[in-house]
Amino acid sequence: MSAVTTADPPASAAAGARRRRRRGRWNPPLISGLVLFGLIVACALCAPLLTSQDPIKQNLAQAFLAPGAPGHPLGTDSFGRDVLARMLYGARTDLQVGVLAVVSPFLIGSLIGLVAGWFGGWIDAVIGRVVDVVIAFPFLVLVIALVFAIGPGTTSIYVAITLVGWVAYCRIVRGQMLVAKEQEYAMAARASGLPTWRILLRHLLPNVVLQAVIFSMSDIVLTLLAIVTLGFLGLGVPPPTPDWGTMIQEGQQFILTKWYMSTIPGLAVVITGLALALIADGIVERANQ
Amino acid sequence: MRYLVYILKRLVSLIPVLLGISFIVFFLIRLIPGDPASTLLGVHATPQAIKELRDQLGLSKPLLGQYLTFLGHLLQGNLGYSYVYGSSVLGLITTSLPATIWLLVSGTVFTLLIAVPLAVVAAARRNGILDNIIRAVPVVGLGLPSFWLGIMLILAFGLKLGWFPVAGYGTTLADHLRGIVLPGITIALTLSPILIRSLRASMIDVLNSDYIVTARSKGISTARVVFGHALRNAAVSSVAVLGVNIAYLTGSTLVVERVFSLPGIGEQMISSILGRDFPTVQGVTLTFAIMVVIVNLLTDLTHAALDPRVKLS
Repeated sequence: MSAVTTADPPASAAAGARRRRRRGRWNPPLISGLVLFGLIVACALCAPLLTSQDPIKQNLAQAFLAPGAPGHPLGTDSFGRDVLARMLYGARTDLQVGVLAVVSPFLIGSLIGLVAGWFGGWIDAVIGRVVDVVIAFPFLVLVIALVFAIGPGTTSIYVAITLVGWVAYCRIVRGQMLVAKEQEYAMAARASGLPTWRILLRHLLPNVVLQAVIFSMSDIVLTLLAIVTLGFLGLGVPPPTPDWGTMIQEGQQFILTKWYMSTIPGLAVVITGLALALIADGIVERANQ
Repeated sequence: MRYLVYILKRLVSLIPVLLGISFIVFFLIRLIPGDPASTLLGVHATPQAIKELRDQLGLSKPLLGQYLTFLGHLLQGNLGYSYVYGSSVLGLITTSLPATIWLLVSGTVFTLLIAVPLAVVAAARRNGILDNIIRAVPVVGLGLPSFWLGIMLILAFGLKLGWFPVAGYGTTLADHLRGIVLPGITIALTLSPILIRSLRASMIDVLNSDYIVTARSKGISTARVVFGHALRNAAVSSVAVLGVNIAYLTGSTLVVERVFSLPGIGEQMISSILGRDFPTVQGVTLTFAIMVVIVNLLTDLTHAALDPRVKLS
């Protein structure tokens, strides 16, 4: 099973290591993920240039046109709205909410994890118990229950995802912090009498945050899925704002005769998820170098 | 004996978590903006009805008192009464729980059927063509929306080929078994990518260890080395991964139940949300959390039983 390797002469070994490092920095998953995600973001941003159709305007006389119909490359939905326009503007909605919804859990969770790991003792114990409790709820169930309680709308999606999502970052950063605070540079910073906030934010944070950044990439995928799922269940971004989840749900009723109505937005979610997963993989590979 | 003490300790450590869960579920109703009673009853409610609901919800009492009353009812198994059906929430949950458990069990079985062979093949033929293909699966699988996958499976195997029912899961055992196949596979296809990744990694670790090299050098066949010697040890760490993800997937059952119209607690939760049936939403949320706690406990116990190195402290 194991390959037989011969020792390289030192010069070529150094060149090989350099090559590997360069490959690690810009590895294939990272490049393909960034290109794919860049294309999706470009399509979302350039939506008005790519289609002249209005994603919200209904035209019942033109309902259920199949893909390839004149003026409607991806057809129209049950209200006669252009599917391509809804896809492109839907990308704007879902990407924006998906990326923004990860920011506050990341910031809040990392900060709490930093504090818990640094101070330890009762502070850590209390935070640990809260984390245990929040983690006991399935992510989607608690998000849905919170969105229901707070009321539908984009703001409550942000609030719900923040209230549930911070725990993952808190756990990751706390774990890293327990190791980092015993390192010599941390002790040196402490011994030099710097204020605690400065030790935490300037000296320790940059060293412990990498794992959280890596996790945030796959977290964007999970958040995007949660948002699309909320849309599918009728609890997401309120209509008539286009959103991929709502489009899949609307298409489900006509799945036998108009299979493409659900299939196309679903594929968009899969491709976006793939792009982000590739970026996440690429960053892990890069960090391992 | 040590194992029994370990079980008891784990059970005691659950008490603060369960208290915390009950507090969050209790607090959900306090998150409703404005006056929960008038929001719940809608714009056409009479002041009399609003007052009655406020009394029923105990909203006029201080917060701690409200929570203690809620906790007292909970300990008696009283989760309140559904606004929509008028029946007890506990009754509704016990009626719909079997479908969810069926779904979880079938999802886990299908996950193992898909993930174990693929992970073993990938690890045994490391860096081969098959390994590269199998390693790509988790990357694609991560962003797969389970509800969309379910709709696609319904379209292909339910509507076009007619092999499986497209909705519900019947009343007899045979109906249940046929009806649970597509939902189970839907869950498995979203769960197995993560398991393949972890099982493959731990298989590779194990296959590189000294005792496997010894087994190989004794001339034991590859199949026996992989299945007889390596898999059991590799499985230990994957049990933990599977446990964590079943907990996560417990949440996805609610969407899968919706897609396949399975009468489980997830479907119950969504229909209660659409009907603004707050006590049922609270009850189901609590049930989901308790299910996760139980799955985590079982995972820990299995892990400790499988691996004697796990510290029973």
